[in-house]
Amino acid sequence: MTVQSTSPQFKQNATRALNDAQLQRALGNVKQGFIDKRQMAADKLPEFEALRDSARDIKNHTLEHLDLYLEAYEEKVRSSGGHVHFARDAAEAREIILSICREAGAKTVTKGKSMISEEIGINHHLEANGITPVETDLGEYIIQLRNELPSHIIAPAVHLNATQVEEDFRRVHTHLDAKRDLSEPVQLLTEARAVLRERFLAADVGITGANFLVAETGTSIIVTNEGNGDLTQILPKTHIVLASIEKLVPTLEDVSQLLRVLARSATGQELSVYTTFSTGPRRSADADGPENYHVVILDNGRSSMLGTAFEEMLRCIRCGACMNHCPVYHAVGGHAYGWVYPGPMGAVLTPSLIGVDKAGHLPNASTFCGRCESVCPVRIPLPKLMRHWREREFERHLTPATVRSGLKLWGFFAKRPALYRLATRAAMGALALAGRRHGRFAWLPMAKGWTKVRDFPAPQGETFQQRWKRERKGASA
Amino acid sequence: MSSRDDIFANIRRSLGVKGSETIRQQIVADRLERSPRGVIPKRGQVSGEERIALFKTMVETSLATVTEVASAAEVPQSIALFLRNHNLPATLRMGDDPRLKAMPWADTALEIAHGPSEGRDLNAVSHAFGGIAESGTLAMVSGPENPSTLNFLPDNHIIVVSAKDIAGDYESVWNRIRFAYGKGSMPRTVNFITGPSRSGDIEQTLLLGAHGPRRLHVVVVRD
Amino acid sequence: MPVPSKPRVGLFVTCLVDLMRPSVGFAAVKLLEEAGCIVDAPVQTCCGQPAYNSGDRGTTRDLAMQAIEAFQGYDYVVAPSGSCAGMIKAHYPELFEEDPNWRAKADALAAKTHELTSFLVDVLGVTKVDASFAGAVTYHDSCSGLRELGVKAQPRRLLASVEGLTLVEMKDSDVCCGFGGTFAVKYSDISGAIVEAKARNVEASQAPTLLAGDLGCLMNMAGKLSRDGSPVQVRHVAEVLAGMTDEPAIGVARNPAAK
Repeated sequence: MTVQSTSPQFKQNATRALNDAQLQRALGNVKQGFIDKRQMAADKLPEFEALRDSARDIKNHTLEHLDLYLEAYEEKVRSSGGHVHFARDAAEAREIILSICREAGAKTVTKGKSMISEEIGINHHLEANGITPVETDLGEYIIQLRNELPSHIIAPAVHLNATQVEEDFRRVHTHLDAKRDLSEPVQLLTEARAVLRERFLAADVGITGANFLVAETGTSIIVTNEGNGDLTQILPKTHIVLASIEKLVPTLEDVSQLLRVLARSATGQELSVYTTFSTGPRRSADADGPENYHVVILDNGRSSMLGTAFEEMLRCIRCGACMNHCPVYHAVGGHAYGWVYPGPMGAVLTPSLIGVDKAGHLPNASTFCGRCESVCPVRIPLPKLMRHWREREFERHLTPATVRSGLKLWGFFAKRPALYRLATRAAMGALALAGRRHGRFAWLPMAKGWTKVRDFPAPQGETFQQRWKRERKGASA
Repeated sequence: MSSRDDIFANIRRSLGVKGSETIRQQIVADRLERSPRGVIPKRGQVSGEERIALFKTMVETSLATVTEVASAAEVPQSIALFLRNHNLPATLRMGDDPRLKAMPWADTALEIAHGPSEGRDLNAVSHAFGGIAESGTLAMVSGPENPSTLNFLPDNHIIVVSAKDIAGDYESVWNRIRFAYGKGSMPRTVNFITGPSRSGDIEQTLLLGAHGPRRLHVVVVRD
Repeated sequence: MPVPSKPRVGLFVTCLVDLMRPSVGFAAVKLLEEAGCIVDAPVQTCCGQPAYNSGDRGTTRDLAMQAIEAFQGYDYVVAPSGSCAGMIKAHYPELFEEDPNWRAKADALAAKTHELTSFLVDVLGVTKVDASFAGAVTYHDSCSGLRELGVKAQPRRLLASVEGLTLVEMKDSDVCCGFGGTFAVKYSDISGAIVEAKARNVEASQAPTLLAGDLGCLMNMAGKLSRDGSPVQVRHVAEVLAGMTDEPAIGVARNPAAK
């Protein structure tokens, strides 16, 4: 079992989110900043579109040869003194990590930001076994204090306002002066820095994710702006890298291509502040760095996506651009999606990982506006993949019965043009007559969803085909 | 079946391969061996003064500061001045880098400490392996010469880089790493650093000095 | 491919224009005829997009085959909709990946199908229209036309030639209006929030008229604006370009005295 999902309640989640004034205010921060910054960064680099092609091709090539690159990577990690563990699913990954922590005699574990660690629910597992996990990315730290999931893959606390963070800090940091001023965001940052600095120095094990794994050298790569990932991995005696199988890339040159699109797509930076390439444990002459280096490689359903339409989703480099540009995400935020991965990438990935029977709403809750695909650095056709999920649902009769029967009735007429003309002529005539006074309907029995939030404009009356026949073809046809 | 074997079997089943196909193995071996370059932005493909100028501009874009000195002998005075100008104490931690050690620190009033940081240092200096003009990035390699902790724990981090080590692009740095460490081998850590630590996690407002250095200062040595 | 001197154009009316607002179809006919085309509108129903986006590939394929056959004999197929033209151009071919015969026919139809304003500008080289419209308008870029077909400059170029018309750009004109076909009904709360943002941007532009190239989006935005009591008039861009604005705007009652 992975983290509990509320994806089946997507509609209720969404309605709650829409009525949450605090959340709506916070979401205002997503709508402009990320979009403008990405656009400026893309405009500044003439090769940006060519790099997106290059990034897509590298990922495709790697996925097609994933078994061999994984073997090469594994061999390199071992020869540099590290350990590689394979986990079929979340439970196996949790057990492997727990046993490494136990072996290290760990009391506290610091953590760099890792979506995979959210996916496997490692924090609760460590806590249940007497080990304290401490999230160190500022956003992750905040949501850990609140016992929440991240609402965005690169800005986990984007759903919160500073006043909420202040309340959490006052509630948890009780050792500090109750009268201290925390009215400015920078004061919150400074407090978190001081509190977490002690945690960094005391930690026995550090767990990070990986943005990429390099087969050529056995290197794991993390990308951060805060530097928390680095303090997580160089200070404790043991560093655990938690990564999924699709993070592999062949060479340092390949990863350089991907790095050129990652930060630009995510935050609009040329490069994130810290891009760290780690290979094995500390060397004999080193003065610092971890003595033990473990990599836990998680499958959790991904190997079954290879060779299917959803293989393209495994190109994802987790930049967050798709959700930054998504009108549905802007409206409801990340928590409504009900599991670890929100937005368009979540709408495609979540059904693969927890089942379309649970996450069926996600690929349906899209207008197919296509803005996500237009900004994806590895050109994942997200709307097409959401449509594939809708097709699977339709085939498996998971589509709601009302929708199915409506489609069936409509399809019956649409496939019979002559009958369609007669039926629509009658229907539109009647509808136009009913709507002639106001030109629109405030309520329509067959379109309650529509008229709940907006009027339904009345038709003009005669259909085009009726009038065309009358005016252009005579009455004969 | 072990988890490892199971995962590999599943990958191969999904891809419709056995893993023993010679052609696939050759394709993979060839790519790992040749490490072909992809699209290299033209921006960094400049040399000499132009490259150094681009590097400095990009360092400043990343919200770090940068200064230039004519020779290694001028570095201590330059750093002492930087610390004084920012009202910072005259202390400095460094590793065993022979280039740094050879500099005339005794000419300054700086109190020098050596070795990795334990988290209480205000100022540290490291010597970069190289610079990358394309993005204003410093490439740091771990080792006793420049312990990784110095890159992250002090409040103010100063990085010295030789002008001759400033490359146009990332790929050129990888070539030098391969030359220094051998093809397929890496130092324990390579840090690409592009500006001082920051976070946008509170209301998407950019704040400097999250967990790493609040200030990053770069000294380019021209000799 | 050279454009024939009198190209035969099959008008893909689109089901929404056919049923809800035939005047848009006749505006398209007028624009095409003025540009020298011979226009015909064969018997038709729907491009199949509602079924396609609901995951019903079988029905979609049946409707695609129906459309492919109906539009075989024309030099071009033109739709007053980026969404339906996009369906034919970008998605019909992939429906027949395993059927080379139909795939070839779908490719042929896709190649000759165009959205109305991009057909006029990009294919026929039309630079101006003979129409006048007093006042300011703002233009919403519908998603499929914009991102599947690259329709952005073409309607603006033609609007610039309409006498008396000024175009005022609204904020986020290229952001979805929240229609999304069945999405508007299935996820009405979310759709309502998205169209709410759009309506506020429309109003902030202070243009008294809103135009777009897709009737689905227009009905959504018009329905929201009228629900909110906004006086903004909503029309399909073809009506203005053809100088056919005597019909009441979308969602407005016909004034019996007017005709």
